[in-house]
Amino acid sequence: MTSATQTVLTLAGIRKAFGPTRALDGVDLVLRSGEVHALVGENGAGKSTLMNVIAGSLRPDEGQVLLDGKPVTLGTASDARTAGIALIHQELSLFPHLTVAENILMGFESARAGWLDAEANRARALRVMERFTHPAIRPDRRVGDLPVAAQQIVEICRALAGKTRVLLMDEPTSSLERRDVQRLFELIANLRQEGIAVVYISHFLEEIRAVCDRFTVLRDGKSVGGGVVSEHTDDAIVSMMVGRKVDELFPSRAGRTPTKVVLSVNKLSAPPMVQDVSLALRAGEVLGIAGIVGSGRTETLRALMGLLPSDGTVAVCGEPAAMFGFLPARRQSQGLGYLSEDRKREGLALSMSIADNMSLSNFSSLARAGFVDLARQAKSANLLIGSLSVRTTGPGQRVGALSGGNQQKVALARLLQQDAAVLLLDEPTRGVDIGSKVHLYQAIDEATRRGKAVLVISSYLPELFGLCDQLAVMCRGRLSETRPTEQWTPETVMAVATGATADKGNAT
Amino acid sequence: MNFRAFVSRFGYVIGLVAVIAIFAVLTGAPERYLSPHNLRVILAQTVTVAISAIGMTMIVVSGGIDLSVGSTIALSGVVTAVGLRDGWPPILAVAMGLVTGAIVGVVNALSITRLKVIPFIATLGMLGAARGAAKWMGDEKTVDIPATWVNEIAVTVPIVPWLMFAPGVWIAAVLAVVTTVVLRRTVFGRHLFAVGSNESAARSCGISPERMKMWIYGIAGVFFGLSGVAQMSRLRQGDPTVAVGTELDVIAAVVIGGASLSGGEGSIGGAMVGALIMAFLRNGSQQMGWPTYVQETMIGVIIVLAVAVDRLRARARAQG
Repeated sequence: MTSATQTVLTLAGIRKAFGPTRALDGVDLVLRSGEVHALVGENGAGKSTLMNVIAGSLRPDEGQVLLDGKPVTLGTASDARTAGIALIHQELSLFPHLTVAENILMGFESARAGWLDAEANRARALRVMERFTHPAIRPDRRVGDLPVAAQQIVEICRALAGKTRVLLMDEPTSSLERRDVQRLFELIANLRQEGIAVVYISHFLEEIRAVCDRFTVLRDGKSVGGGVVSEHTDDAIVSMMVGRKVDELFPSRAGRTPTKVVLSVNKLSAPPMVQDVSLALRAGEVLGIAGIVGSGRTETLRALMGLLPSDGTVAVCGEPAAMFGFLPARRQSQGLGYLSEDRKREGLALSMSIADNMSLSNFSSLARAGFVDLARQAKSANLLIGSLSVRTTGPGQRVGALSGGNQQKVALARLLQQDAAVLLLDEPTRGVDIGSKVHLYQAIDEATRRGKAVLVISSYLPELFGLCDQLAVMCRGRLSETRPTEQWTPETVMAVATGATADKGNAT
Repeated sequence: MNFRAFVSRFGYVIGLVAVIAIFAVLTGAPERYLSPHNLRVILAQTVTVAISAIGMTMIVVSGGIDLSVGSTIALSGVVTAVGLRDGWPPILAVAMGLVTGAIVGVVNALSITRLKVIPFIATLGMLGAARGAAKWMGDEKTVDIPATWVNEIAVTVPIVPWLMFAPGVWIAAVLAVVTTVVLRRTVFGRHLFAVGSNESAARSCGISPERMKMWIYGIAGVFFGLSGVAQMSRLRQGDPTVAVGTELDVIAAVVIGGASLSGGEGSIGGAMVGALIMAFLRNGSQQMGWPTYVQETMIGVIIVLAVAVDRLRARARAQG
């Protein structure tokens, strides 16, 4: 860590309201050159609004922005860019049809009277790209043809193409795989060496610990605390974020009574991602599958649901799983319910109402002679809205209008309304604020106590340890033996997940 | 450049050569099908669609669409004809035709950027409105014009023999080359691609998509206006009912030439070849004495095939 001394950017008393909603309600932040500053907080705490204020896309109602001690008004995105402030969005915002060089220099190309100076542009792009070595990135390649990690580098290059002094990164790792995350961290370390101030937003405390020097916590639009990362424990930071103690997040597992096996899987294979997976899941218990992204966890669930062709034997509630016809529908009627990890693409019909989404996999139970009984549908939706604490104006509201956390509650409610015996949940709390997480955990716990069997995938280990009765770990398409959660530690899980130990599970 | 890269880059040229070769053989008289006279006929017939396809390529690459082209052609033609009839200097009448096209384009852009109506609907509305305006201007009749040099723009055999082809053919060719260079080599051109490739990213790079669209639809409107002048010149009268459905030919040409309707992709050269493929196909079927329904069916099939081949190419590239 270099000496971080000079203050570059100061925010004092920033307020911003959208109608009656106070998105920012008094934020103070001091950013020094050569530091990586974590901005943490739940979804809806105001992190993205704050980013947009700093990047000039939003004008604050009150408060001061000081750059090098002088007050500035950043009215537009180009104002901020000229001032040396660059924002990297959570989702890549590149031009897939254009070349790497064009992407990097977009908006401030070298030109004479409107005509591009090809030589100068190429040289400038190369100069920016020098900092990063990535084999796939050449100035003339189309960005759409690059792998995602390389695209991320192009995006960073674009942010650094000006005289950038403040770089804002909004969850930069959300689209990256593990080894690319490591690479990104090295890049950030280089930027710090160059004296660039980085603001880093992330949900993952491990990441913050790996790259950030100091942190500021936002809660309900206010900055409620902060300090040096290494001087605070994870629990201390999370407590600041949620305003309560961490161990209160998960419902107690005491008193769950598993009964008979309702899902038994024997040597399930779906090449190349899933090989010889076997497991047994009992009614009234939660079985967690840990493992790194790309280890075949998602594919296992998809194969179970019939969304991927597979070999092996699967039995649901004692009868063999359907192997012919339109498998997802047949297996659903056998009692399987599936929640996709990709809520927006697969989990929900965003333009339809909450009530329609909740009944999407089981309209027939609410219909008479093919006509949906709207009163019954609304009643059933209202019950689920209540039990999951969905924050909404009513069952007729469009799902797309809800926050991410409430959308996820609706997606889970669909499985509950379907009354599936086995819930297959892929990352049920991904990208969800902590308040909604608590509600989702409670809903999963209640369903388990009502005798449902739950199979849950998560990349967030504390979640698996808090929620699951049994745990198994996936690595390169193979699943370890299932063991009670108490017999695992985060270290043993990671050792199996990364292939460091040759699956001790099966040896014992 | 290896063979595969060549095929994937210039596939539509191969399509054009194939169409010409097939009909040269089918008609059994290649010397007649490819005679200077027949080529003059084909090219002169293509001028209207080709000039419009230049403007349409700009719009499609920027992520938009314009369904009002046929009506704009009719309106610009009638405006020019009315000017000529009323004794304006020909150059002024032609300029008014071009300005008319530009105004229609700017109005389209205003409804897209200010009223936030998607291009498909905004220009569908204009398809009706501009057609109505054309009929109103022409008093629901064709407008006859005196003989001036404007009549020579799109004739099959030019009065100046060394030109070989109609002046309109040369105008279209020069405009195609100039616009290609502008799209590739100017800041405006690259920003146009940027808006079509990712509009919100363009905005965060300090490019105003709204301002870009005003220019794009406005300039494309000038091309449509010029098409209208060419069309009127060929008919030697301003006809408010002309060019119904021409927008579909124009869009077809642009798409056969490799443009993506979701924006970011497309080339003027491709669109020109697309227009020629359809022209040679029509002319060839006429020479064969085939009924028009055969042409129509074939052109329909070719549009879908061209795009399907394009998708295959894109998939191959994504894997390779």
